[in-house]
Amino acid sequence: MKVTGLIIAVLAGALLIYATVDFPPWGDPKSPASLHVSPHYIEKTIEETAVPNMVTSVLADYRGYDTMYETTVIFSAGVACFLLLRIFRRKESAERLYRHVLTGVTIRLREGKLPPSDDFERIDTAWTPHDLIIKTMCRLLVPFIQLFALYVIAHGHHSPGGGFQGGVMLGASVIVLAMSQDLRTAVRRLREKVDALLCATGVFIYAGTGALCLLLGANFLDYSALAPLLHVDPIMARSHGIFIVEIGVGIAVMATMIWIYCNVSSRGEYDEGL
Amino acid sequence: MSLQYPALLIAVPLLSAFIISAAGWINKKLCFPIAVAALTVSAGSCIGLLFRVLNEGVVLYRLGGWDPPWGIAYYIDSLNGLVLCVVSVAALLNLIASKKSIEQEFPEKIGPFYTLYVLFVTGMVGITVTGDAFNLYVLLEIGSITGYALIAMGDKDRAPLASLNYLYMGTIGACFYLLGVGYLYISTGSLNMVDIARLLPALYQSKAVMAAFIICMVGVWIKMAFFPLHAWLPNAYTFAPSAASSLIAPLMTKVMIYVMIRLILTVFTPKFAFGTLAVSHAIVWLACVAIVVGAICALAQRDLKKMLTYIIVAEVGYMVGGAWLGNRAGMTGAILHIVNDALMTLCAFLVVGNIVYKVKGYAFDDLKGLFTKMPFTMGAFVIGALSIIGVPPTCGFFSKWYLISGAIQAGHYGFMVALIFSSLVNVVLFFRVIEIGYYEPSGEHHGHDHPPEPMAEAPLSMLVPLYVVAAGLILVGLYTGNIVNHIIRFVIPSSFV
Amino acid sequence: MGDWLHMLVAKYNYWIYITLMMIGLYAMIAKNNLIKKIVGMNIFQTAIILFYVSIGVKKGGTLPIIEHGHGGHSHVIHAADYLNPLPHVLMLTAIVVSVATLGVALALAIRIYNRYNSLEEDEILTQVREK
Repeated sequence: MKVTGLIIAVLAGALLIYATVDFPPWGDPKSPASLHVSPHYIEKTIEETAVPNMVTSVLADYRGYDTMYETTVIFSAGVACFLLLRIFRRKESAERLYRHVLTGVTIRLREGKLPPSDDFERIDTAWTPHDLIIKTMCRLLVPFIQLFALYVIAHGHHSPGGGFQGGVMLGASVIVLAMSQDLRTAVRRLREKVDALLCATGVFIYAGTGALCLLLGANFLDYSALAPLLHVDPIMARSHGIFIVEIGVGIAVMATMIWIYCNVSSRGEYDEGL
Repeated sequence: MSLQYPALLIAVPLLSAFIISAAGWINKKLCFPIAVAALTVSAGSCIGLLFRVLNEGVVLYRLGGWDPPWGIAYYIDSLNGLVLCVVSVAALLNLIASKKSIEQEFPEKIGPFYTLYVLFVTGMVGITVTGDAFNLYVLLEIGSITGYALIAMGDKDRAPLASLNYLYMGTIGACFYLLGVGYLYISTGSLNMVDIARLLPALYQSKAVMAAFIICMVGVWIKMAFFPLHAWLPNAYTFAPSAASSLIAPLMTKVMIYVMIRLILTVFTPKFAFGTLAVSHAIVWLACVAIVVGAICALAQRDLKKMLTYIIVAEVGYMVGGAWLGNRAGMTGAILHIVNDALMTLCAFLVVGNIVYKVKGYAFDDLKGLFTKMPFTMGAFVIGALSIIGVPPTCGFFSKWYLISGAIQAGHYGFMVALIFSSLVNVVLFFRVIEIGYYEPSGEHHGHDHPPEPMAEAPLSMLVPLYVVAAGLILVGLYTGNIVNHIIRFVIPSSFV
Repeated sequence: MGDWLHMLVAKYNYWIYITLMMIGLYAMIAKNNLIKKIVGMNIFQTAIILFYVSIGVKKGGTLPIIEHGHGGHSHVIHAADYLNPLPHVLMLTAIVVSVATLGVALALAIRIYNRYNSLEEDEILTQVREK
């Protein structure tokens, strides 16, 4: 198998490198890619969509249809991980392990009994690291991460950013909580059902905006049809339409990242996690 | 509303997928009706769109209100319209037929299963209808990722490994296609298929364009399981759950054949594909090898489902060979075979789904005495078998006829011999199955009359779609003339002899 | 020789990315461990992403964000001053697709490990054949 792999890789690489003879040189401002379609985007973005960040306007408006499917891809990956891994345990195991937070003493309780005081935390495996500094600092950092993520989503129009980037950061804030404490804490903050519903809602906002434009008489995802609804002129309506779909994307990406992490790290059992 | 058919046929299933996902957490009984309603609207829009195309010619739909090439546009001509109808109707029939089987196999996870089902159909419909090369890649990945997950839910031991191997090969294929689109973008600066076709004739001598064609072709061949890149298909389709295999098997490979024909006819015009490159003769020989290998491997199998998957490998060889023959009859045969093979494969896999629902197995040993136990299912199986063998008036005969006459016209007698050899092998394969099902009694008997087996037929919701498909096989066969003259004839450029 | 050198300087970035792609492709085909194959897949896809992004470079171009964009267009915008935004957009999509495929691949690997207790393909195939 190694020889076959080597032959295939060498042949394919040789063909691809041979073809670069006819490429334009790197960074050439007169290459077809720089002359044909993209000058329209660069020169007309403010005039047609009122958004200075060209990448956002191309992503969410000119080629917004592609971005809708991109969000659908990440949604279907979340659903796929859930479908493949999730085990709904009907029966809890007979015993539970608890550990006293301050001294590290572990006790084992039978079914139905509660721990003696609130200072006990539940663990699932014999060895679980226990670090007060990491837990406290991560818990304090989470709101700042989320604030910055909201800034990134909202400022996608004027600086690098947008729905995907901000959504990943929002997801990372909850994942940091799950990694530093344990998965149960994070799931207590954001339940699985709410997470799954948020995921579907986020993409539904995106596709729903497109369908709304359809119902208002224009083509699918033509945001200028939203102008009478939002009481602005068609060009600002495009800018606002881009913002609405970016919010949808942010929600969907956040929820999916958390969902995939929860399923993969706990192997579907939603116990302690990593 | 009819102006919006191109958007409806894909927006409705997409939105319904999210609603189904939410409904799966709230009330599981809502998932099936929403899915059926969405796929019905989609199928209706596809049929309406086909009639619009037959009346008006090529339909252009601008998404987002932007003109191509700055925005994404749909170009729907008769080839698109025909394949769209087949894809959406096949998915709808399969959904109705698989309801009981899904409830039996995954009672807890109905919501996510239907979500991924509808998203897979969205992906297939989107690949067929789009006119933008990069959009095709994104939709291909939607179809692929949902396919991997659906397949991995099958047989507990072997399905995840089969799906992972499919994932590796499928990702290589899709990334090769993406790389090809990148080479085209560097050379032309555009992503819109019609725009690229306009810009390419000036660049026919460019090595980058030649490499783009080769890589795109290899990527599409991996995804359609063309020999020797077919290794993922038998295991993936055999160990998938019945609902998933009867969805993915008829659709995925045929839609990829549509993509190949679209690349040959529209993007890189036939002048480039057949003239400048001059590999068509070699590809037809490779198709002959694919047909022979598929037939021989099918003979060696001991269970029904895997035998059918090797027949799919051979059928892909028919279509690739027919398309690359380079003449009108061959291309007509290939396009007609897309429709026919989708229906035949759907019929065969629905039969296997019925058998698995009742008998819980699909090896040859499990098929004993099935003609008495499940006469209606096996009746439809006989019709499907006749179509795969190529007996008139079922549709399989007519597409084989076009392929053989194309082979004779092109002087490629090897392809003709391979087609006839494959038909003979199919006769052996199917008569073997019918013999086991008809003559061999199930279980022991002591030599004298034992009471006849009670009929344990599959439920009505699984039989009715099966018979609709079987009737469709005969109807499509009888109406072949209409299909060829009114639809397919306009797809093939007049430069084809 | 001078011609060759000229071509090398003009196109060395494409050659590096193609080499990376082929390393990833080799890993996917030749390696035995399932996770190593997944890593190879990631390398392959990342190299394609880098390839596309390098198409969008323009000598002397700056970030594709228009400064002082507020308050209407006060000055003329020349396309040659800004980088090409289209490959960046396409690659945002490709990155998301690669993450999604990675997620599904890892979920499948977990399922396989739960069943066979191994991630080496030859051991798994031996176990499958023994059954």
